[in-house]
Amino acid sequence: MSIKIKEYAGTPLREEDLKQGKVLSIGYWPKAKYNWSAGVAIGRYLAELKNARIVGRQCDKCGRTVVPPRMFCEWCFRPNDRWVILKDSGVVNTYSISHIAADATRIKKPLIPTVIQIDGTTDAGILHLVGETDPKKVKFGMKVQAVWKRPEERTGAITDIRYFRPIER
Amino acid sequence: MTKFMRRAQETGKELAYEAARMALDSCGLRIEDIESVTMGSAPDAFDGVHMKGEYLIDGAGAWRKPYMRNYVGGGTGVFAPIHGWQHVASGLFDTCLVVCEEKMSSCRPHPQAAFLTIFDNFTERPLGPNLVWIFALEMHRYMHVHKIPKEKIAAVSVKNKKNAMDHPCAQLAQKITVEDVLNSEVLVWPVQRLDISPTSDGAAAVVLASEDVARKITDSPVWIDGVGWNLDTAYWTNRDLYYPQYVENAAKMAYQMAGIKNPRQEIDFAEPYDPFDYKELHHMEGLMLCKKGEAPDLVWEGVTQRDGKLPVCPSGGLLGVGNPIAAAGLMKICELFWQLRREAGKRQIPGDPKTAVAQAWGDLMQVGTVVVMRA
Amino acid sequence: MAPRVAVIGVGMTQLRSIAPDLSYKEMMFEAAVKAYNDAGVDPRRDVQSFICSSEDFWEGTSIFDEYVPDQIGASLKPVCTISADGLYSLITAYMQISTGLIDVAAVEAHSKPSEIVSIRNIMSLALDPIYVRPLAADPYFVAGLEMMRYLHESGNTREQCARVVEKNRRNALENPYAAYASQTTAQDVLASEAVCFPLGKMDIAEPADGAAVVVLASEEKAKDFCDDPVWILGLGWCSDTPCLEAREWGEATYAKVAADKTFKMAKDVRPKDLDLLEIDDSFSYKELQHLEAMGFCKEGEAGVLTEKGVTAPDGEIPVNASGGSLGMGYTFEMAGLQRLCETVLQLRNRAGEHQVKNARTGFVQCWRGIPTASGAAMILTSEGS
Repeated sequence: MSIKIKEYAGTPLREEDLKQGKVLSIGYWPKAKYNWSAGVAIGRYLAELKNARIVGRQCDKCGRTVVPPRMFCEWCFRPNDRWVILKDSGVVNTYSISHIAADATRIKKPLIPTVIQIDGTTDAGILHLVGETDPKKVKFGMKVQAVWKRPEERTGAITDIRYFRPIER
Repeated sequence: MTKFMRRAQETGKELAYEAARMALDSCGLRIEDIESVTMGSAPDAFDGVHMKGEYLIDGAGAWRKPYMRNYVGGGTGVFAPIHGWQHVASGLFDTCLVVCEEKMSSCRPHPQAAFLTIFDNFTERPLGPNLVWIFALEMHRYMHVHKIPKEKIAAVSVKNKKNAMDHPCAQLAQKITVEDVLNSEVLVWPVQRLDISPTSDGAAAVVLASEDVARKITDSPVWIDGVGWNLDTAYWTNRDLYYPQYVENAAKMAYQMAGIKNPRQEIDFAEPYDPFDYKELHHMEGLMLCKKGEAPDLVWEGVTQRDGKLPVCPSGGLLGVGNPIAAAGLMKICELFWQLRREAGKRQIPGDPKTAVAQAWGDLMQVGTVVVMRA
Repeated sequence: MAPRVAVIGVGMTQLRSIAPDLSYKEMMFEAAVKAYNDAGVDPRRDVQSFICSSEDFWEGTSIFDEYVPDQIGASLKPVCTISADGLYSLITAYMQISTGLIDVAAVEAHSKPSEIVSIRNIMSLALDPIYVRPLAADPYFVAGLEMMRYLHESGNTREQCARVVEKNRRNALENPYAAYASQTTAQDVLASEAVCFPLGKMDIAEPADGAAVVVLASEEKAKDFCDDPVWILGLGWCSDTPCLEAREWGEATYAKVAADKTFKMAKDVRPKDLDLLEIDDSFSYKELQHLEAMGFCKEGEAGVLTEKGVTAPDGEIPVNASGGSLGMGYTFEMAGLQRLCETVLQLRNRAGEHQVKNARTGFVQCWRGIPTASGAAMILTSEGS
């Protein structure tokens, strides 16, 4: 029956067609502004980042300590039990070398997005960047240490950590 | 389905209409015969229309009908038919039209920029991440744990783009070699340009019917025998990314329903989701079509070619046909349909395929949606 | 015979005009804990499917589905998101259970409009980008146009619409979950600032933050977990055209079709058998329009019934005894689920101060808000438990 289909719809356009006004188009810049409530867990996380500290939460039932913190343990489905002040160092779980920015434009100096398992947690990682190193030298399992912004530069955001740098042996 | 392309003149409504119209024509039904409609479409941010599902109602043929939009990120294309299956198998409806549409080109200058908003607003967005970062992180972890050389992964891209040359709707069909992939521009190591599927516009649609109605319409209906879906934790940085547990869970759910005990033996061909080449391998393992770490060898040895023992992505997949997110998943369902009815033309796999599985993936490396279909 | 599906637990957070101390995750967790407690289930062990409701642009995050599982106990479990009101998700859960594949499902919806700074811009973003948005009008014009046409066709008056606001905001005084309870009078409403005539500021339900979770089960499981399940007797949903230009503005056809389907499925239930209605009143005139469209009274009658007190909590057909959206607060994609939670409380005789006497069978309806013409409806009963 679907052999009946002889032609498939779809009229391709090129970027030039739009630029040259060959097709009618309307542009619109949405105003999408939000003021998200960080809540209890992330509120504390961000406040502690301003103090140059990384905090996590621990669940007594399964024993896991996790970061970024949440007020509940998703595996046990119960409120978790305490705040834990973690070290600001960790281990590279996986990494990559990025030559593009968020909007897909090319960047000259590559970034090194990495999942870093923070010391003191149960293998819980956070997304951040590795810096102060040749990208080729990054290794799985490498130990890294947070490099913080100066106190007056910190605002209570994940970017209060500028990046993580490798800890020399 | 419509052609998949980087930029279509048609609006989202028109794309949905073309696909829906074609689906109805292909089985000789009229829109009046359709009792319910479900739409799958991924982020509103691409189209720049809030409540995109509402906007697409008329294009999807849902005027004055029960209509819902389901949305599980990239997994939508295979979840939409599952949602459609729920409409019919619940006994509420005899027919359901499933439409998936995507118009990514509306987002300018490049749709990829919209992906920034999928990341966590507090812990990730301030770092300015690009979507490709998480794929690169997962790919690198997968390669590291199983010691997979890049050549074997690149072979997937070569296979799929070549398969797509026989697909009339394909956007990126071409003959390339493993060297071409390895020499292509590095975007986020280890991901290179030819490892990735493009952003696309396109739509696809399928018509589902209950057994009685189906048998009146056609002599060879294709049955949905198994459905499964699963979502992993949002905390993706707390997981080991080398294995998609959520795909395995979804597959188990679908296989159990379909009565499949040994997927490697009982499945004749598969259409796993391949937005990146390594993803096809990752998902083959999640679908339990091979052991963990074994998939790269299967593709390298030609087992997953169309004439191999276990054809994978005979359509050309997302890498070859294109990636209008939700429509791409439904395209795989269409492929299963055409292959199982021996209507896939030049793409037809030899032999007499009876059982096949389609899978889609989505969210932040979280969603697995699986459908098993049988002739 | 179709398998029976019941609601076995509900959990709601208190609605608040702003909840700056809690993130949406924490609110969802609260609602989930309450619901699972009410149902007597452990989500990690007993709940097999989770369905959430959200629209990306309300949240400010694309693919919001990513962020739902952990706080409702759904990690590594079947989860999906329906981009619609929570009532639609509930209908999806009903379908899932009716297939026999799932026995126990949980449905979630939440609302945090206090976080949306540019909320009117987001509403405008739902308008057709080519034909309507360039007019650059305040999005409430859609409701203003509809209200004008509806009043003209039905003969109802602005005063009667104002009476709806008065009734619902006062009803909310008895509802501890409500955010906007007050001793409002119809005069206050008529004197309120014009937004898009005849729509005034107080004709519009104010936004509220909150979360709700509902647990459903198949007949067999319902009896295992719950002493007072509330059964779903009928449901229906319908979408009319999104095109403003093609729309028939006076009658809420989507509500009519949804209600027709609901009554058809509920076979033995007639409008007069219903003990209470919880329907959409996100705009004052909507309550009247929906009552007429769904056949609870004749066209043009709803205003008079409101004036006479027929729709008061102690009247013949209590409508929005909870306070509705006007009294409790408008919760966007949670609105329908809110109406359902209130109805379940009523049917189980747990509504406390705002309990409707002898409530056994109730009707719930939702509308997806401007600029849509989509809505869903449901009939539930605690009889036969």
